[in-house]
Amino acid sequence: MSDVEIIGTPERTVSRRKFIMGVIAAGATTSSVGYLFKGPQPLLGALAVQGSVERLITLNVNGQQRRVDVLNQETLAFTLRYKLGLTGTKLGCDRAECGACTVLIDGVNSYSCSVLTHTVRGSEIVTIEGLEAPDGTLHPVQQAVLDEGGFQCAFCAPGFIMSMVAMVEANPNPTREEAAQALSGNLCRCADYDKILTSAMRAAELSRQQA
Amino acid sequence: MAVIRDMIPAFELFQPTSADDAIELLIRYGEDGWVLGGGMDSFDWWKERIKRPTAVVDLVNVDELHGIRTTADGIEIGAMTTLTEVATHPELLANYSVLTDAASQIATPQIRNRGTIAGNLIQDTRCWYYRGGWPCYRAGGNTCYASAPTAMNREHAILGTSRCVAVSPSDSAPALIALDAQFVIKGSRGERVVDAEDFFMRPSVDIERMTILKPGELLTTIRIPSTWAGATFYYEKIEDRKAWDFALMTVASAMRINGGVIEDLRMAVNGAAPFPIRLEDSERVLRGQTPSEEIGLRAGEVAIRDAQPLRHNDFKLPLMRNLIRRAVRGAGV
Repeated sequence: MSDVEIIGTPERTVSRRKFIMGVIAAGATTSSVGYLFKGPQPLLGALAVQGSVERLITLNVNGQQRRVDVLNQETLAFTLRYKLGLTGTKLGCDRAECGACTVLIDGVNSYSCSVLTHTVRGSEIVTIEGLEAPDGTLHPVQQAVLDEGGFQCAFCAPGFIMSMVAMVEANPNPTREEAAQALSGNLCRCADYDKILTSAMRAAELSRQQA
Repeated sequence: MAVIRDMIPAFELFQPTSADDAIELLIRYGEDGWVLGGGMDSFDWWKERIKRPTAVVDLVNVDELHGIRTTADGIEIGAMTTLTEVATHPELLANYSVLTDAASQIATPQIRNRGTIAGNLIQDTRCWYYRGGWPCYRAGGNTCYASAPTAMNREHAILGTSRCVAVSPSDSAPALIALDAQFVIKGSRGERVVDAEDFFMRPSVDIERMTILKPGELLTTIRIPSTWAGATFYYEKIEDRKAWDFALMTVASAMRINGGVIEDLRMAVNGAAPFPIRLEDSERVLRGQTPSEEIGLRAGEVAIRDAQPLRHNDFKLPLMRNLIRRAVRGAGV
C-alpha cells in the first residue's frame, strides 16, 4: 500500500510511525508555504494572497480530525464515501434532487452531493455513522425509526434520519405538518411517507424525553 | 433522471477572503472563471459537463458578503446569506414578510440551507432544452427548441420573449422588486447600484445572459429601503409540487392602503417572461382605487394584454390574471 492510499483510510490502519511522519510532513509543508510565498515573487505571492487551496486537508467528521487528500472538484459525498469509507451516506441522484446524501454541516442538514469538500474544510460534519454514542447507545432518532419500523427498503433512510436530527434540534415539538415540511427535502421511492412521519414524531418525543 | 458520472472535470479552485481578491481572480480568468456561492446551480452544469470552467472562485471565506444588517434607511442582505437565514430573520419577518414568504417556499430545506439569496437571483434558467446542452440561442446556437411545434413548453414564457422563451426561475426576485430593492454590484472599477427590476437581462438585449453582471463582477449586497416596511404584502407561488419545484408563476405585491384606498403599490410576477416583470400597467390601474373584484380583474387583464402563449402554456394567461386579482383580493376586498 502506498502512502497516498493510506491517507484517508480509518485511523486504526495507520501505524503510529506513519501518522507522526504525516503530521511532521504536513507541518513542514505549511511552514514552507509561508516562507516561499512571503518573498517578492509576483506569481507565488499572488496565489498565497488569493487563497488557492491545498490538496491535503483535515476534515472534522463525526468529531474526528481526518487527514484526507481531496481534489479541487471533489464533492463531500464523494470524499465521505470513497476516501473516508463512510458509506452510510448514500448517493441517489447526485443532483440535489433526492436527499439520500443528506449530512449535517455545522448542525445544518445539507446535500453532500452538492457541496465541495474544500468549502466545508472548517466545518463540523456529522454523518449517519456519527449519531450513535461511543457506548453503542442509539441516537433518539435512530431509536424512533427502529421502534416504528419507519422504512421499507431504507436506501433513503440515512438522509431522512439526518434531516430528522436537524428537525428535532431546530423544533423539538413539531406538528405532523411541520415535520412534513422539515422532511420535504428527502424523497422515498417506496412512498413510505406515513410511517416515516410517524417515526419523525416519535423521534421528537424521544428527544424531548431525553432533554 | 440525470446520468451519474464519476467526477466533475478538473478546475483550479480559489477561496479568496475578500471581494476584491475574488474580482481580481475573476478578471484574470474572464469567461473561463466561475463564481461559486451556494453551488445549487453550479453543480448541475459541472456534473453534466455542459459548462467546464477553468477556475472556480469559491466565496465561502469572503466574510463581507455574509449576513443581514439593519441600516439607517432599511436593511442590507449580503450576497452569500443563505435563504434559510433570510426566511427566518426577525426584522425581515416583522417588516418585509413578502421576502420571507418567498424565501421560505424555495425548493427544500437542504437547498435553502446552502443556497444563497444572490444565487437565487442570478441562477440560470431551467429550460430543459438549454440545460440539457442543446445548442439553442441562449447557448450560442441559432434556434429555439422550446418554441418548436412539437416542443414541451408548458413551463415557458408568455411575455417578453425574443427568440428565447425560457423563464426566469427566481422566486425572491419578484418579492425584491415589490420591495423596491437595490442591488450593489462590485467590479474592478468600483461599485454600481441598480434597481432590482433593471438587474435582469432581456433576451432582446443579450440572449446569453440572465443578468446584467459582466465577467469579473460580483453582486455583493441587496439593499431594501424602509419605504415599504410593514406595508400590506401579498406573495403566492404556484407550483406543481409543494417542495423542490420551480414556480409556474409567482406574484408579489406591496401596497400602502389608507382609508380603504390603495395610495401606492408595487407589483411583480415571475415565471411569465425570461426576466421577472414589474407590472407597471396594473399598478397604474390600481393606484388611487378602492380594492375590489372589478378593479383586480381589470389590473389582471391589463397585465396579460400582450401575452402570447406557446402550444402548451396558454393556461398561464388566466393564471397570471387571477394571481393579480388574488393579490388585490389579499389587500382586503
